[in-house]
Amino acid sequence: MLNTSEIFATIDMIKEQKLDIRTITMGISLLECAGSGAADRIYDTVTRRAQRLVAVGEEIEREFGIPIVNKRISVTPVALVLGEAEDPVRIALALDRAADATGVNFIGGYSALVQKGAARNDLRLMRSIPEALARTEKVCASVNVASTRAGVNMDAVRMIGEIMVETAGLTADRDGLGCAKLVAFANAVEDNPFMAGAFHGTGEGDTAINVGVSGPGVVKRALEAHRGEPFDVMAETIKKTAFRITRMGQLVAMEASKRLNAPFGIVDLSLAPTPSVGDSVAHILEEMGLERCGQHGTTAALMMLNDAVKKGGVMASSSVGGLSGAFIPLSEDIGMIDAARAGTLTLDKLEAMTCVCSVGLDMIAVPGDTPAATLSAILADEAAIGVVNQKTTAVRLIPVPGKGVGEWVEFGGLLGRAPIIPVHPESAAAFIARGGRIPAPINSLRN
Amino acid sequence: MKAIISVLGADKPGIIAEISGCLYRFNVNILDITQTILSGYFTMVMMVDLSGMTCGFDEMVGNLNGLGEKLGLEIRMQRNEIFDAMHRL
Repeated sequence: MLNTSEIFATIDMIKEQKLDIRTITMGISLLECAGSGAADRIYDTVTRRAQRLVAVGEEIEREFGIPIVNKRISVTPVALVLGEAEDPVRIALALDRAADATGVNFIGGYSALVQKGAARNDLRLMRSIPEALARTEKVCASVNVASTRAGVNMDAVRMIGEIMVETAGLTADRDGLGCAKLVAFANAVEDNPFMAGAFHGTGEGDTAINVGVSGPGVVKRALEAHRGEPFDVMAETIKKTAFRITRMGQLVAMEASKRLNAPFGIVDLSLAPTPSVGDSVAHILEEMGLERCGQHGTTAALMMLNDAVKKGGVMASSSVGGLSGAFIPLSEDIGMIDAARAGTLTLDKLEAMTCVCSVGLDMIAVPGDTPAATLSAILADEAAIGVVNQKTTAVRLIPVPGKGVGEWVEFGGLLGRAPIIPVHPESAAAFIARGGRIPAPINSLRN
Repeated sequence: MKAIISVLGADKPGIIAEISGCLYRFNVNILDITQTILSGYFTMVMMVDLSGMTCGFDEMVGNLNGLGEKLGLEIRMQRNEIFDAMHRL
């Protein structure tokens, strides 16, 4: 028999500390749909394979009493299945319809992998991103512009800045919301369950069930019991908590995999915040003793948190993957929002923080008149961090049309709200105009 | 299939009678039961066996929720694997 305190501890984590399964994401291969007229075949494949995804997610939620916030789909990068004569936007519309039909809230994979060079279809897809994101609700796009093995494709980096500006412009009536569904990566992973960057890699099977857990509130509560104690005590506490959270993720992933008759892929160990109070990564860092996230000490605190989460989680799952680290999306974390409003958390500090955690500059609203070259330069910096450190980094910036520093943008729901923060005003135009490729770093030669 | 039923709320006569009566009606077998008063709150945990249950899981949860509303208690039923996963190696 389990003891009462353990049972109520679990119930309290779910009820009071907002522990949840952040997402069950079903990866679906579209390789069999490739070629002309792919859009219809893609719709059929996605709706057939994911037919029961939402129903099964809800069943598990009810039986185990654990909220599963999102049910989502990731597909093979669309650039790989695009037919010669096909308009890529037709595929985006088919994916959006498939998302509606299956009841998922996002579908990712409107993507191209161009870290070394862009093929004709990659370029066609990239150029279609602004229109695709403006004309769909649930489709997410991503482009991998760099990798440790290939270096940084600076032509693609230049294009992404332009694509961001155009996407924001086409969704100006919604404060540039289209850009919240567009992410550019260095070292993108093939089994990421989190949006907007999820896609189903070519090394994957027909389907896979990938699960992302959450629980910043649980980690914070656990640390509250150890105020003033040394860092090694904190690290141990985080490890134990991460272990518990991940075991739950593994259980749900196995159950979903069984019921959907789709192989279990990975559990992603990322600590993912939401805009609700009590679900903030920034508040964990502040619990460690920082007055406000973004001040000196923040990078060290985040490094320890991220490392301890991984150490605790890795033993709890038979297969860990995805991004696996702490997320620091500005608009989706109440502590980050407050710190940015206070001016403590700046773009430069966020960049430093991305050196030691899993994602990158995520959900950051910048002034609407930010030049494309500046957005590209921010991406180049971030890609450089990823490439040289052999880790994933990403950029999801929203240049909010018609708004400037200090004004607010509301995306609603999980995407949250954010103050617009400044970027450096100096021009990067000549730097970005060079194009070409930053060669792979020496540490890519590991064989 | 086993599940854990947890009950939390203000104490009053008849809580166990009502809940066990409801379980009995649908042939749910109680395997273990722990009950105490914690800081004035009635706190109970039951482990039950659902293998002979004559209604669906969701219906049983609905019945218990209805009972919870009537008695002013929070009653949850969750598959026991979630607690095992989090607290047992």
